[in-house]
Amino acid sequence: MENLLEIKNLHATIDGKEILKGINLTVKAGEVHAIMGPNGSGKSTLSNVLVGHPAYTVTEGEVIYKGKNLLELAPEDRSHEGLFLSFQYPVEIPGVSITNFMRAAVNAKRQYLGLEPMNATEFLKMMREKRALVNLDSKLANRSVNEGFSGGEKKRNEIFQMAVLEPTLSILDETDSGLDIDALRIVAEGVNKLKREDTSSIVITHYQRLLDYIKPDIVHVLYNGKIVKTAGPELVMELEERGYDWIKNEN
Amino acid sequence: MKKKNSLLKKLANKAYEFGFVSKIKTDIIETGLNEDTVRLISEKKNEPEWLLEFRLQAYRHWLTLDMPTWAHLEIPSIDYQAISYYADPLKKNKENKNKEIDPELMKTFEKLGIPLEERLALSGTAVDAVMDSVSVKTTFKEELKEKGIIFCSMSEAIQEYPDLVRQYLGTVVNYRDNFYAALNTAVFSDGSFVYIPKGVRCPMELSTYFRINAANTGQFERTLIVADDDSYVSYLEGCTAPMRDENQLHAAIVEIVVMENAEVKYSTVQNWYPGDAEGKGGVYNFVTKRGDCRGRNSKLSWTQVETGSAITWKYPSCILRGDNSQGEFYSVALTNNYQQADTGTKMIHLGKNTRSTIISKGISAGKSQNSYRGLVRVSKNADGARNYSQCDSLLLGDKCGAHTFPYMDIHNNSAIVEHEATTSKISEDQLFYCNQRGIGTEEAIGLIVNGYAKEVLNKLPMEFAIEAQKLLSVSLEGAVG
Repeated sequence: MENLLEIKNLHATIDGKEILKGINLTVKAGEVHAIMGPNGSGKSTLSNVLVGHPAYTVTEGEVIYKGKNLLELAPEDRSHEGLFLSFQYPVEIPGVSITNFMRAAVNAKRQYLGLEPMNATEFLKMMREKRALVNLDSKLANRSVNEGFSGGEKKRNEIFQMAVLEPTLSILDETDSGLDIDALRIVAEGVNKLKREDTSSIVITHYQRLLDYIKPDIVHVLYNGKIVKTAGPELVMELEERGYDWIKNEN
Repeated sequence: MKKKNSLLKKLANKAYEFGFVSKIKTDIIETGLNEDTVRLISEKKNEPEWLLEFRLQAYRHWLTLDMPTWAHLEIPSIDYQAISYYADPLKKNKENKNKEIDPELMKTFEKLGIPLEERLALSGTAVDAVMDSVSVKTTFKEELKEKGIIFCSMSEAIQEYPDLVRQYLGTVVNYRDNFYAALNTAVFSDGSFVYIPKGVRCPMELSTYFRINAANTGQFERTLIVADDDSYVSYLEGCTAPMRDENQLHAAIVEIVVMENAEVKYSTVQNWYPGDAEGKGGVYNFVTKRGDCRGRNSKLSWTQVETGSAITWKYPSCILRGDNSQGEFYSVALTNNYQQADTGTKMIHLGKNTRSTIISKGISAGKSQNSYRGLVRVSKNADGARNYSQCDSLLLGDKCGAHTFPYMDIHNNSAIVEHEATTSKISEDQLFYCNQRGIGTEEAIGLIVNGYAKEVLNKLPMEFAIEAQKLLSVSLEGAVG
């Protein structure tokens, strides 16, 4: 299998403080990776650095995505190249309907790919299909982006956007946080429906419960800015039973 | 940083789209203002004696006034003797007494997207095109006339309908109202006149397109709209000017008379040249707009999108005289670079059960200053009056200012007056969220600003709304690096 993403010795800082201290990680096409770890270990920093959040500075290392130097791409171009982040805390954009927002996103990507903008009829049809796929209420789709949404609605909206943009590599950052068990199941089902043989995911989570629904191929433990353990899905159970302390003690 | 620089570069290279100058032979009178100037303008327009007297009264009163200083604006001193008060782009042909339209002039309006040939017109819109001091052409005049609607230039109205003009002119905005109103009354040149007869719904949008072209001239247009009982009209106004290093003065008056059960919607997209990124040049837009709801159930709605001008001083207002009459003011005012705007409204409740709504959305970027100033007055006899005001400010960057000056003057205990205000910023997180979805920063700002202004933009007629959306995005290009 081909390497979709290769992270080599990645170091990154925020406000001068080093958070990532030499990450190495390879994701092949079709794989689902889980990154687990205690709070403050650098999980969210890793996802933000990959999508190019301007608050973070990469001080060392490289990231190769689809054979390209990912770190040289603008955040919007990373998106056009199929990188998607389901945010831990999706922001509200008052007055901008999800439909308008997604039309801007879809057409920006099409322009990047040298395609004509999608016509309105075609676009609305696509929106309907994707909405059905992730069980998003049509009323929600007419509201402003995330404005007044419950925690579960926000996460479902993230997965809906993922369905529309059809990413090659999706990063789910603590998608389970703030969800009750039913919402969690619906979101996870959405993610599973979107899975294709040639697409990959990185699932970032603190707890095991999301991984009951989204089955990872490979599990990593991130601690103090480094990946300290990599194993198969059985690691999830071990972490659930023993917690993170033994890992902290080993490092 | 790389990105920031390219954004700045783009801003520097981005020209004001309407900044071209047309080479048109224009008859411009000498600069300066005195009684002879007023007489000359009146004479050029072949006006009746009463109008000259009206102008002279206003001029004499103006001499006693000083420029108002209460607004939150820094206005450089203006030399009123250095301005020419009349510029006529229509050439007079000696063999042919009729004024001909210079093909250059036709081209100018075509370039602005305002075709003066009816076959090319936007569907359902009649246009009066005013360049400098003179109305160039009014389209669809004949079709409207069949319904009894008068839509023509003010100069023509003075010749053709002197009694109607005399009956209403200056009855809503008295020349004593303020400094610029007095100045305008003394030297006003052209503008539009609209009369909708009783019971008639105007079948098309009426619009006036104002263009300043000549250098060192001021534009002092005067618009008068009269909607008789049970009538309806929607009126649009658009404005642009060339890029010039000197400032240009624009001091207009718009008067609207709304009779019983009549409704007038007045929409403006103001895009006068705002000056360059360093604050050089630009139009001073000092305008008095007011409507008088004279009958029962009369309704007046102002919608304005203000993106242009170096300085804006403008308060479209409603006098709610008739019982149950309604006034509305929907405003988006955007300032960038060194622009200054002090704009808002006055809602004067005189009749019983009168209602007013004020929705104001200010957007400040660059080093600009943007103020909302509004008065809600409820008089002693206005039982059951209601007002709702909402004033929001959006700041882009940390070098600009947003200010809100709401005044309330309530003399009736049954009045219900509500005021809400918010100030917000576009956050880095919002922009990044858009970026992650593939939407570039400039487009994201446009999207967010349009979302913020949506409530007001929705009030505009369709074609205008689309233009206004584009204008908001373009006016903000490079505002956030």
